[in-house]
Amino acid sequence: MLTEIYRLIDTVLPFDWASHIFMKNALIGVLLIAPIFGLMGTMVVSNRMAFFSDALGHSALTGIAIGVIINIGQPLWAMILFSILLTVAIISVKKANTASTDTVIGVFSSTAVALGVVLLSLRGGFAKYTAYLIGDLLSIDSYDLLLLAATFVIVIALWLLIFNKLLAVSFNPSLARSRGIRCVVYDTLFMLIVAVTVTVSIRWVGVLIINSLLVLPAAASRNIARNTRQYSLFSVAIALISGLAGLILSFYLGTASGATIVLITAFFFAVTFVIRPAAR
Amino acid sequence: MNRQADNGRNGARCGAICCTRIINLGVTRGQYEILRGVNLHIHCGELTAVIGGNGAGKTTLLKAIVGEIPYSGELIYLDEKETRASGPVIGYVPQKFDFDRSSPISVFDFFASFLSNKPVWLVRSKKLREEILQSLSRVGAQHLIDRKLGALSGGELQRVLLALALDPVPNLLLLDEPVSGIDHSGLRMFYKLVSDLRRQFDLSIILVSHDLGMVEKYADRVIFVNNKTVELCGTPEEVFSNGGVAELFGLNLRSRGKGTQC
Repeated sequence: MLTEIYRLIDTVLPFDWASHIFMKNALIGVLLIAPIFGLMGTMVVSNRMAFFSDALGHSALTGIAIGVIINIGQPLWAMILFSILLTVAIISVKKANTASTDTVIGVFSSTAVALGVVLLSLRGGFAKYTAYLIGDLLSIDSYDLLLLAATFVIVIALWLLIFNKLLAVSFNPSLARSRGIRCVVYDTLFMLIVAVTVTVSIRWVGVLIINSLLVLPAAASRNIARNTRQYSLFSVAIALISGLAGLILSFYLGTASGATIVLITAFFFAVTFVIRPAAR
Repeated sequence: MNRQADNGRNGARCGAICCTRIINLGVTRGQYEILRGVNLHIHCGELTAVIGGNGAGKTTLLKAIVGEIPYSGELIYLDEKETRASGPVIGYVPQKFDFDRSSPISVFDFFASFLSNKPVWLVRSKKLREEILQSLSRVGAQHLIDRKLGALSGGELQRVLLALALDPVPNLLLLDEPVSGIDHSGLRMFYKLVSDLRRQFDLSIILVSHDLGMVEKYADRVIFVNNKTVELCGTPEEVFSNGGVAELFGLNLRSRGKGTQC
C-alpha cells in the first residue's frame, strides 16, 4: 500500500524534494499529524489547557528515560504509559482542589522534566537524546507511519463522536451536569487523547516545539473565525499549509523541519492578528 | 422532622399535578457543613424565589438538586398520580458562566453542542438551525443565533441560557441569578419572561434572587436560606415581614415574623 502512495506522490508532486523516500515519509507524516493537531488545538486553547499540553511534551523526557533504563527497544510505549500516568495524576490532584490548576500542572511538569534529565544524564550521556528535543521529521519510517495513521484514525473518530460533549463541558460543568453529561468522563477522555497524541508525535516534532504546533494554528484561527466550524477548519488548514510549506522550506534551507513549520504557523498568527475584524 | 414547607394555599394542587419534594437534604463538603435539614415542596406552575445572604448556600442548594454535588437526604419527584417519577427533566441556568469570551463560538454552536450529536465542527444542519431558532424565539432572541457567545451582553446571555434550559421543556427549572452584569430594565424583562413562561409551560421554578423588589412582584413563594438551612418560607409579604429577613436586607420592618417555619 505504501508503494502505491509513494507512486501517487511522484505523480502529483513531480519535484526534486519529493523524490526522496525520507521526504515522502515525512510528507505523509505531516499530512497525518497536522490535521489532528489543528483540531485538538482548538479545544486545548478554548479550555485554556495550553500549559497542560506543554507539560505533557516536557514530561515525555521522563518517559524516554524510563524506556531507556528498563531497556525496551522502543521507548515509545514507556512514554505513552508515563503520559497517561501523569494525566491521571494531574486530574486527581486537580480534583483535590489544593492549588490552582496551573500550579498543579507546573509542579508535575517541572518534576517530570527534572527526573527525565537526571535519569538520562545518569551515565553522562544526555547528548544522545537531544534528538528528542528538536525532533526529526525526516527520520519517520514505515512502521512509524502506521502508528501515526492509527493515531490519526482514533483522534478523528473520537472528534466526530464526542466533540459536541467536549464543547458542552467546556462552557460550564454545572450546566453540562444538568443535561446529564458526565464532565469527568469527557474531561479525562480529552486529556488522554491529547496526552497520547503529543507523546506519539514527539519524536518527530520535538519536546521544545510540540506545544507550538498544537496551540499556534488554533490561536491563529480564532483571530478570524466567527463560529466553531470556521475555527476548526481554519485551524486545520493553517496547520496543513504550514506543515507542507515548512517541510519543503526546511529541505532546501537544511533547517530542522519541526521548528520551520512552527515559524510558519507563527507567521499565520501574525497575519490573522493584523487582519482580524475589530473586536466588538 | 415533619416540618415540610407547605403553606396550605397550594397544598391540594400539589398531588394533582406534580411536585418536587426535598426531604432532609444536607450538603457537606470536606469539613464544612453547607446545608442541613432542608425540607421543601416545589409545586408546578409556581415560582419559588430563594433569598439569603452571601454564602448562605443558595447556589449549593441548586447544585445539589442538579446532581452536581453529593448530598444526603432525599429528592422525590411525584407525578400526577402521586407516584414517584424518576429522573425529571431539569433546566438549569447557572449563576457564573465563566467561559472564554474570546472563543469563536456562536450561539448556534452553543445550542448544537447540547442538543445534537452531529459534530458541530463539521456539520451545520438546517433542521437543527430551525429547532434552535424556535427555542430562541421563546425568549425573543432569534436574532442572536449567529452572534458570538462572548460578544453578548449580560442580559442577552441570560436569555440565551434560559432558552437552552427550556429545550427540552423541563419539569423543574432552576435559575441562579447572576449578582451583576444585568441592568435594571434587563432584569425586569427577565422576571416578566420567566413569570410568563411559568404559566405557559406550567413549570416548577426555583429562582435564586438578589432583587427583593422583583421577588415581591413575581414570586409565588419565597424561601429564606439562613444558618445553613431553610429558615422561613411563605408568600413574599410573609417572609419579608420577618425580623431576621428585614435586618439582613435592610427592609423597613412592618410587622414581626409571620413567615412559616420550615
